[in-house]
Amino acid sequence: MAKLNMVEAINLALREEMERDDRIVVLGEDVGKEGGVFRVTDGLQAKFGKDRVIDTPLAETGIVGTAFGMAVYGLRPIAEIQFEGFIFPCLDQINNHIGRIRNRSRGRFTCPLVIRSPYGGGIHAPEHHSDSPEAILAHIPGIKVVIPSTPYEAKGLLISSIRDPDPVIFFEPKRIYRAIREEVPEGEYSIPLGKARLVQEGKDVTVIAWGAMVREALNAAEQLKADKIDVEVIDLRTISPIDSETIAASIRKTGRGVIVHEAAKTCGLGAEIIALINEKALLSLQAPIERVTGFDIPVPLPKTEHYYLPNPKRIALAVKKVMSF
Amino acid sequence: MSLFEEYHPLTGKMFQILKADGTLVSGQKPPISDQEIFALYKKMLFIRLADQRALMLQRQGRFGTYAPIWGQEACQVGSAYALQKGDWVVPAFREIGATLMMGISLKSFYLYWMGNEMGSRAPEGMNVMPVSVPVGTQTLHAVGVAWAAKLRGEKVVALVFFGDGATSKGDFHEAMNFAGVFKTPTVFFCQNNQFAISVPRSLQTASKTIAQKAIAYGCDGIQVDGNDLFAVYLATKEAVEKARSGGGPTLIEGVTYRFGPHTTADDPTKYRTEAEIEPWKPLDPFVRLRFYLGEKGMWDEEIENRLTAEAQKEIDQAVKDAEAVPSPQVEEIFQYVFAEMPHPLKEQLEYLKSTL
Repeated sequence: MAKLNMVEAINLALREEMERDDRIVVLGEDVGKEGGVFRVTDGLQAKFGKDRVIDTPLAETGIVGTAFGMAVYGLRPIAEIQFEGFIFPCLDQINNHIGRIRNRSRGRFTCPLVIRSPYGGGIHAPEHHSDSPEAILAHIPGIKVVIPSTPYEAKGLLISSIRDPDPVIFFEPKRIYRAIREEVPEGEYSIPLGKARLVQEGKDVTVIAWGAMVREALNAAEQLKADKIDVEVIDLRTISPIDSETIAASIRKTGRGVIVHEAAKTCGLGAEIIALINEKALLSLQAPIERVTGFDIPVPLPKTEHYYLPNPKRIALAVKKVMSF
Repeated sequence: MSLFEEYHPLTGKMFQILKADGTLVSGQKPPISDQEIFALYKKMLFIRLADQRALMLQRQGRFGTYAPIWGQEACQVGSAYALQKGDWVVPAFREIGATLMMGISLKSFYLYWMGNEMGSRAPEGMNVMPVSVPVGTQTLHAVGVAWAAKLRGEKVVALVFFGDGATSKGDFHEAMNFAGVFKTPTVFFCQNNQFAISVPRSLQTASKTIAQKAIAYGCDGIQVDGNDLFAVYLATKEAVEKARSGGGPTLIEGVTYRFGPHTTADDPTKYRTEAEIEPWKPLDPFVRLRFYLGEKGMWDEEIENRLTAEAQKEIDQAVKDAEAVPSPQVEEIFQYVFAEMPHPLKEQLEYLKSTL
């Protein structure tokens, strides 16, 4: 079995799904000839032609607005937004049309659309290339938000997203596009949407993370072994709809929790997860839940970005804090 | 010379066949038979009366906020008549005319404005999208629909409606640009009704015409007299045929006038005077058709009264039928959000039911 990084795994998923289903079209800025600025769609236009891998004009709303029309007509478009920082003009289409056409038409029209976008910090990128807007999108009804944390996960989750009958925002943590290599099988396998992954079992404390933060959480857990703290790590995988049962079951077991996300703290998904734990597992808690997050500031430029991003040290400190109760 | 060459926006000419006095522009002839003209007049009358009823129902509290068509009937009836089965209509929110022309029932149309989403569910085979309230956003959808059809090798055309206000929005420009680049079979129909709520056409754009915006995107554009059923129909027909045969998109600007309010929630006396409306009254699309059909012996007061009575009867029934639709069960507001209801929604629905 080939060892692939996340870019290659996503490329493989796209290639296999496009072979399987000729309704799939990929569209976005530089996705064709260039193969995408991160090479995620590399070679796809050469293989499938310009009608299925489409270099569009430079207009994000145009990309998702027309992709919406394509999906309603019966295609299975996969739109790429080159960086998450450019998704904001699309929120009108996502919120007002994409997320609600099934409901508005009482099932007559549907939107099986995937919007892929690299997201998150940690690659010393320019401004507007390091944001984590997942909570903004998770707040919108009618769309699913999926974030993989490894190459294997990326392929399986993308296949499920493409086959899903409803719109999916697929955020790809660009920091780990090439940082992790693991075995990724060829051919079909899928990982169900809406189900979190128990990455590592532990009995003392639950750390909940997604995307690039899963690796940070695992590194923290490794360090904490020296302190005899046994950390359970959950990879949320699907941000919306959220798998509250897996979260609650783990908290009921450990009684303690830390949530890690790159996005700003206020109204981040961490707050939602704490609220869900309060609803479902409050009486199991032995300590308040801690959050290790970005801050309520614009993501800094490369010289100071390291202050912003959660790291194993901050995660370990939060774990020790919840263990001190 | 094609129609779009002859009336290229830079010629400054507006395409017209039937003048306001009911006579034909010299050298022009009606594009459809007198029987068809009569049938379309009948349809326009039905639409105007159904629209008036909607306003009345709103005043009585039986209808939600409503955006009336009054004055724009020729734009919608003429353009939708140029479509074929299988084509798509992508409306804004003032499209009672185009919607009914596509075969959607008045009962269903009323049901939506009475506050039931089931009224937005077009029957299978009728490709009418739900209304689009965020102005101009739907122009992109019509490009996507048409583009998909083209990629599938299906000879389907998408006709999108929007107003003069929408041409100020980025979505409109992105839509025109995509349509031009990919030559999608999209017909952009701008009903220039002179107002975006209270803001007049002159404050939307410094362009001399809206039609001329097509030039920047490498598309055909044409300004037509939007109150002239014949011109609207013929221009749209040419655009539809061109689109179907691979010739790409067209922007049609129908110059018309909104006699009513933007919606039932606004008061037009705040932003326009009776004196401003006055010159438009003789330009009403019905006036010239009555002259024209009258000359042919196909219209008089008696015929009008008969058609009105027939229409009112049908409208009565539609109101009755729409009001007789039972209020949906609580499950309905959850069950169409996704194909399969996810766990959090199931929990929220159960909670809501437990409180009822």
